[in-house]
Amino acid sequence: MSDPRIVDFWVAGTEEPEFQPTDEGMQEIGPEESGRRLDEQYGRVVDDDYIFDDEVSDEELMILNMGPQHPSTHGVLRLQVELEGEIIRRSKPIIGYLHTGMEKTGEQLSFLQGPTNVTRMDYLSPLHNELAYSLAVERLLDIEVPPRAQAIRVLMTELNRISSHLVALATNGMDIGAISMMIYGFRDREMILEFFEKTTGLRMNHNYIRPGGVAVDLHPGWKDDIDRILKEIPKKVEDYHNLLTNNPIWQARTVGVGVITAEEAVGYSITGPPLRAAGVEWDIRKVFPYSGIEQYEFDVVTGDNGDVFDRYRVRIDEIVESLKIVEQVTDSMPKGDYRVDDNKVTPPPRQRIDESMEALIHHFKIYTEGFRVPAGETYVAVESPRGELGCYIVSDGGARPYRMHVRAPSFYNLQGLPIAMADSIVADTVATIASMDPVMGDVDR
Amino acid sequence: MIPEFEALAERFPEVVWEDSHGQQVARIPNEQWYEFAEAAKEAGFNLLSDVTAVDWYRSRRYRFDIVVNLTSMSIPARLRMITTADREDPKVASLVPLWPGANFPEREVYDMFGITFEGHPDLTRILMPDDWEGHPLRKDFGVGSVPVQFKASPKAV
Repeated sequence: MSDPRIVDFWVAGTEEPEFQPTDEGMQEIGPEESGRRLDEQYGRVVDDDYIFDDEVSDEELMILNMGPQHPSTHGVLRLQVELEGEIIRRSKPIIGYLHTGMEKTGEQLSFLQGPTNVTRMDYLSPLHNELAYSLAVERLLDIEVPPRAQAIRVLMTELNRISSHLVALATNGMDIGAISMMIYGFRDREMILEFFEKTTGLRMNHNYIRPGGVAVDLHPGWKDDIDRILKEIPKKVEDYHNLLTNNPIWQARTVGVGVITAEEAVGYSITGPPLRAAGVEWDIRKVFPYSGIEQYEFDVVTGDNGDVFDRYRVRIDEIVESLKIVEQVTDSMPKGDYRVDDNKVTPPPRQRIDESMEALIHHFKIYTEGFRVPAGETYVAVESPRGELGCYIVSDGGARPYRMHVRAPSFYNLQGLPIAMADSIVADTVATIASMDPVMGDVDR
Repeated sequence: MIPEFEALAERFPEVVWEDSHGQQVARIPNEQWYEFAEAAKEAGFNLLSDVTAVDWYRSRRYRFDIVVNLTSMSIPARLRMITTADREDPKVASLVPLWPGANFPEREVYDMFGITFEGHPDLTRILMPDDWEGHPLRKDFGVGSVPVQFKASPKAV
């Protein structure tokens, strides 16, 4: 490649860029101590050693594979890092170990079966996947879901954002060595998963949000459960602040580590908390609102420096913002139907099936053949806990999507790893990976 | 159309503009792809949201559609650029010089559809193994199946 600006990190088959040492972290050197001292510190000149080259030769660079079976790589992420001593000079994420061809599978499933497929992509925020898919199908069908269904969708996805961020905080803590945070995060997530289990029947991979609304109404007594969550989680967030935010060890491991600037983040299509931590106020919920989320008051959380600490702060503050939305939705939950009253996409109620042959046939047709969607194409994006989660669906007028593509936020955010890790030490790698919060099911699909 | 689109439409008369469910779509001739993307970036579409492709197999003259979703963070607005690629040796200019974030998704499209991005710094397979034959998301790539292990099944092993 002729343009050297393009390749910020080493990629196989390209010319290796020259290594330029920086003065970062160097001691102050007086005027009488010339470049000789600097060279000694870099190890180019060694007086009493057996290295005679005064240039950094290729032999001193070591290529190391981290993963795919590494506990802190969040699944099967493999990183090829080029080390000089303990400094990472270049790195390259190698992915595909969890590729299961879900986009191809999506072409074989009807539009009603689609959510079962996409919910397994980003397994920490399954409801966002279903929401993006359902919104895309509904836009092609040109139907408007009733207000209660929209409110339930917002409620569930915001709860899902909290549970996903709790896992992100937990794994981030675990990777840096704050084991208590790991236990706290997974413990508090249970509260939300229990709520999901009561409503949808499953803790993960719910298949709850479907084209036309949601699968079932909220369970009786859901308000009490939400009240409990609203009462408990702020206390827990206070605990996290006490445990980590002002903790000098935590700050020493995170502040100034793995910096991604705003320009880099936009250029590398990085969205979500890593983008907001760099100071860019960008949230799909605000700029392209979906599912009636514009009715609720919340703030977009931003950071300043774009380092690991800021990403941690953005996530922890987003939990609080999501709780605000959850509270407002709970107070203003509209009454009415939880799915659209459109015979084309909605199966008849269970009671009707016992009475009417037509209803039985109708039910059977919808669940076997599926409903047909007019030809067309659309792209809908929602703000998942990891960034912009988009769904691009092309329909040819049949009962299955002609092409179903998911814009996976983790996949794009992973491109930021080489720039965030450049010239950092090996021990910071795990902190940086955890702060990007990649979900390999989302990356590989 | 917002003024940014009108300026683009004036500069590129060959581009066909469509409205797809409230979203602006620009169908661009293959040879103007890079030029148009550069102009769109100058017009404020600074975030590359998504790169993908569609295989029309035999139903269209040009087999492949390459689809790029751009986002303007300042307006804010979205623009979808679509171009076509030939059946034999599908090719299109790479957008990595404009948006370094196009690196991974273009590799994915190359991997899944076999579309060559000219000027891409590292066009290798990304999701499938390096020695894989064929491009899975093409319509002529079979889904495959696992034999059902029942005694009555004629295909039982």
